[in-house]
Amino acid sequence: MILSDVIVVGAGLAGLRAALELNRYNVKVAVVTKVHPVRSQSVAAKGGINAALGNHLRGKYDSAELHAFDTIKGSDYLADQKAVLTMTSQGIDRIYELEHWGTPFSRTEDGRIAQRPFGGADFPRTCYAEDKTGHVLLHTLYEQALKFEAASERAEMKIYDEWFVTRLIVDKGAAKGVVALNINTGDLEIFSGKAVIWATGGSGRVFGRTSNAYISTGWGMCVPFYEGVPLKDMEFIQFHPTELYTNNVLITEGARSEGGFLLNCKNERFLANYEDSVKAMEMAPRDIVARNMQREILAGRGIKGKYLHLDLRHLGKKKILECLPNMRMNAIHFAGVDPIDEPIPVIPGQHYTMGGLDVNIYAESKIKGFFAAGECACVSVHGANRLGGNSLLETVVFGKIAGESAAAYVKEGAIDDTSAAFLNAVLREEDEKISRLLASKHDERHAAINCELGEVMDASAGIFREAQFMNAALKKVKTLKERYTYIGSISPGRIANFDLLWAIQLKGSLDLAEIILQGALNRQESRGAQFRTDFPMRDDKNWLKHTIATLKHGSIHLSYSPVDLSLYKPKKRHY
Amino acid sequence: MEKKKTKQFKIFRFNPKTDKRHYFDTFDVPYEAGMTVLQALNYIQRNLDGSLAYRSSCREGICGSCAMHINGKYCLACETQVIHVKGTVTIRPMAHLDIIKDLVVDMNPFFEKLKAIKPYLIPGDPDEGAERIQTQDERAYLNTLVDCILCGACYASCAVNGFDEDYLGPAALAKVNRFFMDSRDKADEQRLALVSDEHGVFRCHTLFNCQVVCPKNVNPTANIANLKRQIIARSLTVKFSKKGM
Repeated sequence: MILSDVIVVGAGLAGLRAALELNRYNVKVAVVTKVHPVRSQSVAAKGGINAALGNHLRGKYDSAELHAFDTIKGSDYLADQKAVLTMTSQGIDRIYELEHWGTPFSRTEDGRIAQRPFGGADFPRTCYAEDKTGHVLLHTLYEQALKFEAASERAEMKIYDEWFVTRLIVDKGAAKGVVALNINTGDLEIFSGKAVIWATGGSGRVFGRTSNAYISTGWGMCVPFYEGVPLKDMEFIQFHPTELYTNNVLITEGARSEGGFLLNCKNERFLANYEDSVKAMEMAPRDIVARNMQREILAGRGIKGKYLHLDLRHLGKKKILECLPNMRMNAIHFAGVDPIDEPIPVIPGQHYTMGGLDVNIYAESKIKGFFAAGECACVSVHGANRLGGNSLLETVVFGKIAGESAAAYVKEGAIDDTSAAFLNAVLREEDEKISRLLASKHDERHAAINCELGEVMDASAGIFREAQFMNAALKKVKTLKERYTYIGSISPGRIANFDLLWAIQLKGSLDLAEIILQGALNRQESRGAQFRTDFPMRDDKNWLKHTIATLKHGSIHLSYSPVDLSLYKPKKRHY
Repeated sequence: MEKKKTKQFKIFRFNPKTDKRHYFDTFDVPYEAGMTVLQALNYIQRNLDGSLAYRSSCREGICGSCAMHINGKYCLACETQVIHVKGTVTIRPMAHLDIIKDLVVDMNPFFEKLKAIKPYLIPGDPDEGAERIQTQDERAYLNTLVDCILCGACYASCAVNGFDEDYLGPAALAKVNRFFMDSRDKADEQRLALVSDEHGVFRCHTLFNCQVVCPKNVNPTANIANLKRQIIARSLTVKFSKKGM
């Protein structure tokens, strides 16, 4: 058994930021992560991180309030407004802090942090480091974690990497730790603590065509869900307008913000033909651009009927090499296209999970001692559609807040009254589950089910949704869940058994798929990223509310909760 | 349906718990243009042999999980196109690191060396107020230096890491230069002192292996050369510019 004050699960930006905060409060912390910290999905974030620094020539009159308004409007008014303001106002200090810690941001001519315009924002407020912002931020936080880890004057902070969490331990209504499998030795261990912070990221791999890493399976969101933490607004899935046609690697929004054009087969900037994107064009928010792109493809104006072109040639070699070097290499590696000479073949694809574990502005959930931050959580600051550059901001702002809240919870005397017998029983249960799975002689393979799941989610829960298709999809997902109970023929042994890990995580993907479909089907309106062809209008009277999914006697139950509208009144969105 | 072409994969296998020695397994993988070596490994793991162990995450060359030895060169499996590999694709794990299973090696020694060089900004002034000013020219010195993804390809390719297990290695040394070159960092002497012993920069034989294999063009060789030059300059009366690299 590994003892700590707080267990942080996940070591991307939110998890590391939470751990650093706990260490500042002199609280002992164990960070448990299934991949080494720098392998987390945060590393793949590209375009930037938003804050109203006002460093751009056109940004002089920017403010946290205006940033909050843009975010709320972008969310199609489903974001909780005070939570958004918290993020945008604390965000400014978080960016300076990252700079102080060594983040190599790109610079303005007067040597300050450079900012670029991003979709849905009235001012250029997206701070960036070329097109590798997530990479430099994650490495900065990892470097600080190593520094904090080495500091001997404070309580211990230790990163346990390549430990896969199988269960959240909840005793008498309070979170008390996790059970985790050491991937490299096969040992199952209890991490016992007084509080748990969850920061396991998104769940893009529930879909087939996604920009997310292989590791974003959705298992991370499901582990607390199984123990009673509700999931909020899961039907809101962001589809990023520009992913490579070949394998869905992300082409940053920065490519459009630097001046790239989206073209159809007639070489036409088609966004001008749509009412909601005519003014902002390529800089309209992601939901609108993705939708209009899909409409073009469906109308037969795609290139070869399948994809669209993102043309950067007019930017010139110098600008592309200076501002978008990583994007260029990705286009070369994965599409065989050099954006300096040729347009990039792109399609919209799954990119971000707006919903997540239901937490409040203090990162607290309804389970005592359980906190969550980052993409796995839903505060909600993104509502029905996230603006580009706000996800990185959310990780560092709410990562810190989660750290503060957990530190306060521990210091206010959270009692450690969980008996060793209880913990050992939980460990035995988890151990038996794994042994049973390994011993299963059934022949359903996780890969086959996973592949079918991706296909059905792409087809029915994508950019355009309709009741009849979602009903069919729900049926299909239930069949897949049934088949999952016959999963087997898993490679034996526990050492570095990735076959086993994928098989376990598939359960999470399946459950999330059902929650997404249920939520989308119930919500008879179009808002932000959810577009119902059978209900094409936003319906504030009936649906300006959060979807809350809980588990009741093993089946998924949906209820609804109010949205905080205390700052701005909902209006129609135009860009 | 059109029948797909297949490619032969020869993959290093070893489970220290059950195998006396390593061996190679051969698999035939159907492929088409656009398939990467990492996707081929996924195919094998999902359809042919579930026990195959390898690390993977972002599949777009930024997380550093999947560095391995592919037909004579260390590279990222996710950035290697199957059609670009001639003949049979032979895959081995990274060298100089203990094998946990198949292509999964114990990266701890690599990260321990990173920890040893104080891999974080040491500024001269307190962390207060707005951002520190850094000119575009000063920032430009960090281009590519900050691109290291800690994949370990350079470490495995370095002959010196093979015979001196205390040698800090290309990635950690390049990281020293990344901070040394940062205008905000004020720990020049401390950083140089950390790398001037017999397991530091002067152990480097300037073989350029790390430069050749680095998937992000960090060019550790040049970084190490700059540190050597700086240390030597300090023992001479002649002054070199810090920006001489």
